[in-house]
Amino acid sequence: MSNILVSPSPHIHSAVSTTSLMRDVVIALCPALLVSILFYGWSELLVIAVSVASCVLIEWAVTKFLMKAPCTISDLSAVVTGVLLAMNLPATTPWWVVFIGALFAIGVVKLTFGGLGQNIFNPAIAGRVFLLISFPTYLTDWTIPNGFIHSTDAVSGSTLLGRYAEGGVEAVAGTDYLQTLFLNIGGSAGEISALALLLGFAYLLVRKVIKPWIPLSIFLTVFVTSGIFYLIDPSTYTDPLFNLLTGGVILGACFMATDYVTSPMTTLGGVIYGVGIGFILMMIRYFGAYPEGMSFAILIMNMFVPLLNRWFHQSKYGRK
Amino acid sequence: MRKVTFSIGGIHPHDSKLSRDCKIEVLPLPQTMYVSMAQHLGAPATPIVNVGDKVLAGQVIAEPAGFISAYVHSPASGTVKSIAPRADITGRMVPHVEIAVEGDEWVEGVDLSDTLVTDITLDRAQILERIKQCGIVGLGGATFPTHVKLNPAPGSKAECLILNGAECEPYLTSDYRILLEKTREIIVGAAIMQKVLGGCHTVIAIEENKPEAISAVSEALASLPYSDIEVLSMKKRYPQGGEKQLIDAVMKRQVKSGGLPISVGAVVQNVATALAVYEAVQKNKPLVTNTMTITGDCLPVEKQHNYLFRIGMPLSYIAQVAGGVPESAAKIVSGGPMMGKAISNMDAATVKGSSSLLYLSEGSTRRHPASNCIRCGRCSDACPMGLEPFLLNRLNKAGDLEGLEKASVQDCIECGCCLYSCPANIPLLDYIRPAKAQVMGVIRARAAAAKAAQGK
Repeated sequence: MSNILVSPSPHIHSAVSTTSLMRDVVIALCPALLVSILFYGWSELLVIAVSVASCVLIEWAVTKFLMKAPCTISDLSAVVTGVLLAMNLPATTPWWVVFIGALFAIGVVKLTFGGLGQNIFNPAIAGRVFLLISFPTYLTDWTIPNGFIHSTDAVSGSTLLGRYAEGGVEAVAGTDYLQTLFLNIGGSAGEISALALLLGFAYLLVRKVIKPWIPLSIFLTVFVTSGIFYLIDPSTYTDPLFNLLTGGVILGACFMATDYVTSPMTTLGGVIYGVGIGFILMMIRYFGAYPEGMSFAILIMNMFVPLLNRWFHQSKYGRK
Repeated sequence: MRKVTFSIGGIHPHDSKLSRDCKIEVLPLPQTMYVSMAQHLGAPATPIVNVGDKVLAGQVIAEPAGFISAYVHSPASGTVKSIAPRADITGRMVPHVEIAVEGDEWVEGVDLSDTLVTDITLDRAQILERIKQCGIVGLGGATFPTHVKLNPAPGSKAECLILNGAECEPYLTSDYRILLEKTREIIVGAAIMQKVLGGCHTVIAIEENKPEAISAVSEALASLPYSDIEVLSMKKRYPQGGEKQLIDAVMKRQVKSGGLPISVGAVVQNVATALAVYEAVQKNKPLVTNTMTITGDCLPVEKQHNYLFRIGMPLSYIAQVAGGVPESAAKIVSGGPMMGKAISNMDAATVKGSSSLLYLSEGSTRRHPASNCIRCGRCSDACPMGLEPFLLNRLNKAGDLEGLEKASVQDCIECGCCLYSCPANIPLLDYIRPAKAQVMGVIRARAAAAKAAQGK
């Protein structure tokens, strides 16, 4: 009897842990990662490696030397941030820029608020936006590097949204949507294949890591908002499908807006959050200075999450 | 057959019904038995025997000490050796009557045969009195005196009697075994309670992972002369056997916060209670036996058992008869793995509501260190009362009793779904349980003050 444990109930626990959830997110990102490495080659591999290694290293160093707190790198959340940050950058980003992005994402946005679960903004997106503002040249350098199965002579392929911002609807006329769905070379590394991202999204749904409501409400809002504008004036505004398939909407909606820490806890709160992201995104694309807008839309709605959590609660038993 | 379940929260732990095929065996009597005076909800019973008295099995040895209390009977024949405080399973000191067992001689008038008696000859008042005299309490876990529950306050009417055969806790199989082996007796017990409640609709609710029990009950129902009793198959989901969840599943009604089941016309009784009611009313047999499961993930199947035990048997004696405590047991639980109590004292004796000896391995029961809340919302999704455990945890840390009450901490049923599902291993229920007790104290004090003010 001396070695018998005694504790309050319950005496069993589900196998799902923070680490297993984060591992699932990394697995879900693998198809898109693989496609980006195949098509952007060594330079993309370098961006990913530097991003993940810096995120983990910075988290380890800050928790150990500055916070003097238990090390949290084994929960894999720093790995997720590293992968997502890499996917949000062009494959040509210099390694030291990636490192600064990781330093801001983990060191400032995540750990100064108290680490995993305490941050207000999505670290990877905040890192990207920080770099976009600080190093706009590197972040909008859409030169396509040589990939492992796709070689170019370093053509500078500006993104579809960039072309639209400069030249209007004519500049993007004739875009092959089917092609864009499978492979959209140019832009941030992670958005190269919508299909690979959706595959990862499906994996997260099957594994019950996330619920579909936030991504679906973003997609629907983007579709409806751009649909209305497109119907009003198709010569000025891009069509709904174009807006869904470009500029990281799928990457952002499925993997960044669904970040547990920075999204609302309830389904209704999540839907409002998603609608907000979709609407702000379209306003930035049609009327803002930046061609893309997904990162800003998510960061802006991140700020409303505490409010949404305060306003919307579970429906309690016995109250109907 | 329609399949139902409750509407809010819930989890799906592996059901681990390892001992489902073990037939009920009768445990031999030990040399000494310790009968607790506090084996029901409410005031502990008052002993009416003295040291040195000869007692027979089934003889009253203690009387109820209040409205909510119950008779206690001797589980065997022998001599009263002592009446003294003794540690129960959790180490709490409770008065026990110690009996030196000399045999198995019963008091007169108890029918110990297996003959099924289907005619219910007693009237309502006689049945209630018999249930009270035989010391019947709810055997689903709460051990609330049954005669009180079957006698709702004037003005409230029972519309539906629900027999709880959900047995939603993993591992436990005693309810399943009695549903298979005592099917007809349980149905007669249901019919008796139905009569007491004025002939209301009666539902025997069983989870779908026990198809043999469902078909056994349906077949037995067809051959018995009672009407308005049906069997209902429910989806497997924990905590389906929780009273409020079961009412939601079966009747699609929800009991208001602080309300009793009868306020929505429901009376819930466990299937084991129905069996005890049958034995009391038709056989005049007091409640001194019940069924318990000896199981666990570190116990080989051939060492697993379903036992018919008597109250007052030391757990160490039962464990020894069953083949000893397994080496690899890291935790021993009385009850299910979700709501049962970890046993700190194997010398403690069985009580009316005992349902299992569960041996859990280190791997399945060891708690992992807690990390930061990642706000995933799994605890809120799992809570069958629709509460937000992460929020209750935070309010508790802030010492905000008002906020806790507003967030309905008092509605927590302590089912453990939040702690079970937390990926960060935060022991949510460990914090919520004392917070709930504190808020309940505030609510009770406020009610008492209001009553006193009204009295003036």
